[in-house]
Amino acid sequence: MSVKKITSLRGTGISIRGNDIDTDRIIPARYLKEITFSKMGEYPFFDERFQEDGTEKDHPFNKKERKDASILVVNDNFGCGSSREHAPQALFRWGIKAVLAESLAEIFAGNCTMIGMAAVTLSPGDIKEIQTAVESDSQVEIKLNLENMTVECGEKSYKAMMPESGRQALIEGTWDSTSLLRSRLDLAKKTASSLPYMNHFES
Amino acid sequence: MARNTLYNKIWDSHNVGVLPTGQNQLLIGLHLVHEVTSPQAFDALREEGISVAFPDRTFATCDHIIPTNSTNRPFDDSQAELMMEALEKNTKDFGITFYDPPSGKQGIVHIVGPETGLTQPGMTIACGDSHTSTHGAFGTLAFGIGTSQVRDVLATGCLSMDELKVRRIEVNGTLPEGVTPKDVILYIINKLGVRGGLGYAYEYAGDVFDAMSMEGRMTVCNMSIEGGARAGYVNPDETTFSYLKGREFSPKGKAWDKAVSWWKSLSSDKDAQYDDLVIFKAEDISPMVTWGITPAQSVSVNEKLPLLTGISEDLKKSLSDAYAHMKLTPGQKAVEIPVQVAFIGSCTNGRMSDLRAAAEVVKGKRIHPDVRGIVVPGSIPVRLQAMKEGLDKIFEDAGFEWRQAGCSMCLAMNPDKLIGDEISASSSNRNFIGRQGSPKGRTLLMSPVMVAAAALNGHVSDIRELNK
Repeated sequence: MSVKKITSLRGTGISIRGNDIDTDRIIPARYLKEITFSKMGEYPFFDERFQEDGTEKDHPFNKKERKDASILVVNDNFGCGSSREHAPQALFRWGIKAVLAESLAEIFAGNCTMIGMAAVTLSPGDIKEIQTAVESDSQVEIKLNLENMTVECGEKSYKAMMPESGRQALIEGTWDSTSLLRSRLDLAKKTASSLPYMNHFES
Repeated sequence: MARNTLYNKIWDSHNVGVLPTGQNQLLIGLHLVHEVTSPQAFDALREEGISVAFPDRTFATCDHIIPTNSTNRPFDDSQAELMMEALEKNTKDFGITFYDPPSGKQGIVHIVGPETGLTQPGMTIACGDSHTSTHGAFGTLAFGIGTSQVRDVLATGCLSMDELKVRRIEVNGTLPEGVTPKDVILYIINKLGVRGGLGYAYEYAGDVFDAMSMEGRMTVCNMSIEGGARAGYVNPDETTFSYLKGREFSPKGKAWDKAVSWWKSLSSDKDAQYDDLVIFKAEDISPMVTWGITPAQSVSVNEKLPLLTGISEDLKKSLSDAYAHMKLTPGQKAVEIPVQVAFIGSCTNGRMSDLRAAAEVVKGKRIHPDVRGIVVPGSIPVRLQAMKEGLDKIFEDAGFEWRQAGCSMCLAMNPDKLIGDEISASSSNRNFIGRQGSPKGRTLLMSPVMVAAAALNGHVSDIRELNK
């Protein structure tokens, strides 16, 4: 499994306003009927970006000047609802490398870390300030530093937060946890043998 | 931090150790797999030449994509067929039990686990589906996970996780007539909000949960995730044990006695400490109906929809967005909302007690001519039992379609979808925009008996009025 340290990310921003944006909105269920993630980058916010006849709606993800954006800035409880990893996969494969949010639904945040995408939270006021900056200037550079947990946007600097374990996993490159957990399989089996239901309550 | 709760006891007994990242390595005792979130995980194992660590603790079924009119193969939808073939191959290659339709046990993964007795107190359970919280009704810690975590559990039987806080939610007193477990959880989510549970496991306790059936507890725990909690549970008790007794995977003979005594030891201690405590009165809860685009946007059925005055700008924007999508008006009476589709089913309300209760409401009556009604049992065993009791006939005589088992119109990854901006009374768990298959579709969440009442009248209706 790949090991990649992610200590800082920089890029231009894209802002999506609104609280409680659920994973059904990030990627509608009909796009979950694919057995690989390879095409997910085509689908983020699909029903908010396209009319039923396929014509484009007015949406930040459709703007030419935002096509290279890699830092998504969102509000409260982003990614709530379904546990579908397809949601962060869709954003990641579209080009998003980091999500800055007022708050994040927990499964969504965990899924982001598992694929090496930084998902951090900032205060509501700071997020709204960054959103305003991003919306008024598509070229303003945002820099997320995971070592000292700061976000720089233009001239200003903000404090970012994320669970320490997720931060460690990203900066030490251990976010892809399978190989780590696998190296401890013997310990897992030992724990399993101590649980009465694992041997059907027969010993 | 919480101490001596069921959460702490199960967490501690399954905690393999602390990882270098500071996260804990948590052993997962039961892994439930379905067709949608697993193919990429199995492919990753195949690429690395890894086998499934605990194949005997891993069970698969198919539910999301399965058509509910006919399960004849190949499915009409070639993508659905491909997903099904992938799960067939993966379960065969990796030596995992697969409850497909011919097995007679297929159904929604969160219904199959409990009814086969696979789900038992004291377990950690994971599944690539957020409604895994359902299994907490048995006194388990049950987590919905993403596909990379499905890969972790397949390959290692473990998850890397942070510890949660525990909030005890007590509902004391007696529920008024017409108020069901679905109303209880919609009420809790309305009061605590869709973000209220972030960072928490919810422990449901008090008179109402003590008196509630296992099926009712499953309905409540199922929607914990809609309140932002990572898991929800009820402490195991005699209700739990009598539900489990005699089921296929339940311990038998001496093993049963050992199991019960272990299960009893797991309940939260009388003097357990919690990170938070919230207490509600059962008498304050009425039949509920959602009117908006999150499960928290609900009212009692006899109320008016909320006004946009005297609230914060943030909240005003959220409510305005909801009104715009739902094409409803602030101040409108809930019972004035028309209904064009009635859906009874899903992992929230597709069990026997749900079907029995809804059938009781529509027995000998006809649903409104403008309403398209469908009833979808949660599993093949539920379907067969319902047919044995003649419920299929009652629903069909009333004008409902009686379908085969699956997730159906809850998330519409199958042919069952809303059309255009149809408005649906739904016993499912999510009223998100586009959730029932049409980007413009509108969903009103309510209990199965309220769906039945809405189907009869062609608009949202107070079940208590209908009973008079």
